[in-house]
Amino acid sequence: MARQETEARLTMAALLELNQVTIRFGGLTAVSELTTQVGDRELVGLIGPNGAGKTTVFNLITGVYQPTSGAITFGGKSIVGRKPYQITGCRIARTFQNIRLFPSLTVFDNVRVAFHLHVKHDAVHSLTRFRTFHSEEKQIAEQTMELLEIFNLGKFRDEPAKSLPYGNQRCLEIVRALATKPKLLLLDEPAAGMNPTEKMELTKLIRFIKDKFQIAVLLVEHDMQVVMGICERIAVLDYGVKIAEGTPTEVRANPKVIEAYLGEEAVKHA
Amino acid sequence: MLARSQIFLLVALGVSLGVSAFSRGFNPYFLDIAVTCGINITLAVSLNLINGFTGQFSLGHAGFMAIGAYTAAMITTTLGQKLLPLVGGQTWILFPLALYAGGLSASIAGLLVGVPSLRLKGDYLAIVTLGFGEIIRVIIQNIDVVGGARGLTGIPDYATLFWTFGLAAITVYTVWALVHSTYGRGFIAVNDDEIAAEAMGINATRYKITAFVVGAFFAGLAGGVYAHFKQYIAPQGFGFDRSIEIVVMVILGGMGNNLGVIIAAVLLTILTESLRKFGDYRMIVYSLMIIILMITRPQGLFTWRGRKRKPA
Repeated sequence: MARQETEARLTMAALLELNQVTIRFGGLTAVSELTTQVGDRELVGLIGPNGAGKTTVFNLITGVYQPTSGAITFGGKSIVGRKPYQITGCRIARTFQNIRLFPSLTVFDNVRVAFHLHVKHDAVHSLTRFRTFHSEEKQIAEQTMELLEIFNLGKFRDEPAKSLPYGNQRCLEIVRALATKPKLLLLDEPAAGMNPTEKMELTKLIRFIKDKFQIAVLLVEHDMQVVMGICERIAVLDYGVKIAEGTPTEVRANPKVIEAYLGEEAVKHA
Repeated sequence: MLARSQIFLLVALGVSLGVSAFSRGFNPYFLDIAVTCGINITLAVSLNLINGFTGQFSLGHAGFMAIGAYTAAMITTTLGQKLLPLVGGQTWILFPLALYAGGLSASIAGLLVGVPSLRLKGDYLAIVTLGFGEIIRVIIQNIDVVGGARGLTGIPDYATLFWTFGLAAITVYTVWALVHSTYGRGFIAVNDDEIAAEAMGINATRYKITAFVVGAFFAGLAGGVYAHFKQYIAPQGFGFDRSIEIVVMVILGGMGNNLGVIIAAVLLTILTESLRKFGDYRMIVYSLMIIILMITRPQGLFTWRGRKRKPA
C-alpha cells in the first residue's frame, strides 16, 4: 500500500519530497511532521511568519541539519544523512538569507569555483598542467562568462565580489548557485532588503531562471507580492507546522493563513 | 607544450644549478644567509597554503620541519653508508630520496594534524597545532637514538644552493599551480566562507587536509635541506619561536600572497641576521613588528587593497 503510494507520487514527477519531517532542538520542535513536495520544474513558495521554521526547512533539505525523524527524498533517493556538499552534488543548490559570496574572490572566480562539481581535474592535474587541463579550464571560463553575461554581470568580471552593489551580489549568488547545474534551486529570502523596483526585477529574474534553465525553484520569502506573483503553489508554515498548501488564490483565501500571517493585510484588502 | 609557469620553474631550477656551481667561491657567511633565505622561502610559502589560502591557522610548522629534518638526517647518517653503494655511491641520488622520505613522514604528520582541523577553527586550531609542534619537539628530545637534547651531529653536507633554491622554486610553483585552477580556487573559497563553499559542492574537509598534507610535505623537505646544510640539528631549533617566525613571514607578506610572502621571507632572514647583535631581544623586536603591522597593515605589507586577482 505504502509502496503504491510512493510510486504514484513518483509518476507525478515529484522531484523533492518531504515526508513527516520533524526536527527538534532540545525541547523546541522547529519543524513538525512537515509533508510537502516540489515537482519537476515547479515554482513553489514556502511562507510563514518570523520564526516559522522556513530556513530550518532549507537547512534540513541541504543537510546542514539532520531531521529528528521523517524522510527527505530527491529524485526518488533519500538524501537524509548526506553532507551539504554531497547534497549539492545531487543537484540541489541554494542561496542564503544573508548573502554568502566568497568576498575576496573575483566575480568570475565566485562562479568558476561553483563549476567545481563538474570539473574532472584535481590537485595532480593542476600541477602537471597538461593540455587537457588547459582545455577544460578554457571551457569552464567560457561557461562562466556565458552565465555572467546572461545576468549582465560580465562587466564586473574582475571585481572582488564584496565590491558589488547589493542587488548585484544577490544576483551573483543566484548565478553561482546555477553554476552547480542544479535541478532544484532553493532561494532563501532573495527579496530581503530590496526596494520595490528591485523586487519587480527579482520576480522577473526568478521566472526567467525557471524557464531558461528548466529547473524547479523552492522559494522562502517574506514579501507577499513576490510570492503571490510568481509561485505556482505555496506552502504556509506557522510554528513549524504546515497550516495550508495550495495555489496563491487558495492560500490567500484560507482562513487559517489569514489568521496566522496574512491577517491585517487580508482584512485591509477585503 | 609547457605552461608559462612551468617554464618559470625550469628557469629557476637552471639558475639555481648554475649559481650553485660557483658557490664554492662564495663567502661562507653570505652562503649561509642565502641558504637560510631559500629554506625560509620554502617554509613560508608552504605555510601560506595552509594559513594564507586555506585560512587554517597553523602554529606547528616547525614541527613538520623537525620531522622532515630528523627523518632525512637519520637516513643519510645511519643508513647512508649502506644505501650509498645501492645508488652507485652517488649522493645526488641518495639525498633527494632521503629528503623525500622526510617530506613524506612530515606529510603523514600533516594528515594527523589535519584531521582535528575538521572540527576546530581559528584560535582552537592554532592551539592544537601549537601543541602538536611542542609534542614533536619533546618526543625528539627524549629519543636517544637521534641524539636527544644534545642534537644530531655528523650529518653530511649535501645541501647546496641548488637543492635549497630548487626546492624553493618547486614549492612556489606547487602552491601557485594548486591555487591557480578551478580546483584550487576551492582553497580560497573554504577560507572565505566555509558554509557557502560546502553549498557549492566543495568538500571543505578534503581541501583542508590537502592543504595540511601538502604544506607539511614541503616543510619536511625544507627541514631535510636545513639539516644537511647546518650538519647539526637539535630539538631546540624547531621550537615554538621557529613556528612563529614562519607565521610572521606569512602575515608580513600578506596571507595568500605568494610574492609578498617570498619577499617577507627574504627580508626577515636578513633582518634576523642584522638583529643578531641584540641577541635574545630579537623576539621583542619581532613581537613589536607584528603589533605595529597588525595595526597599520592588517592585509600584509605587500598586499594592496583592491588588487585584482588575475584569473589563471
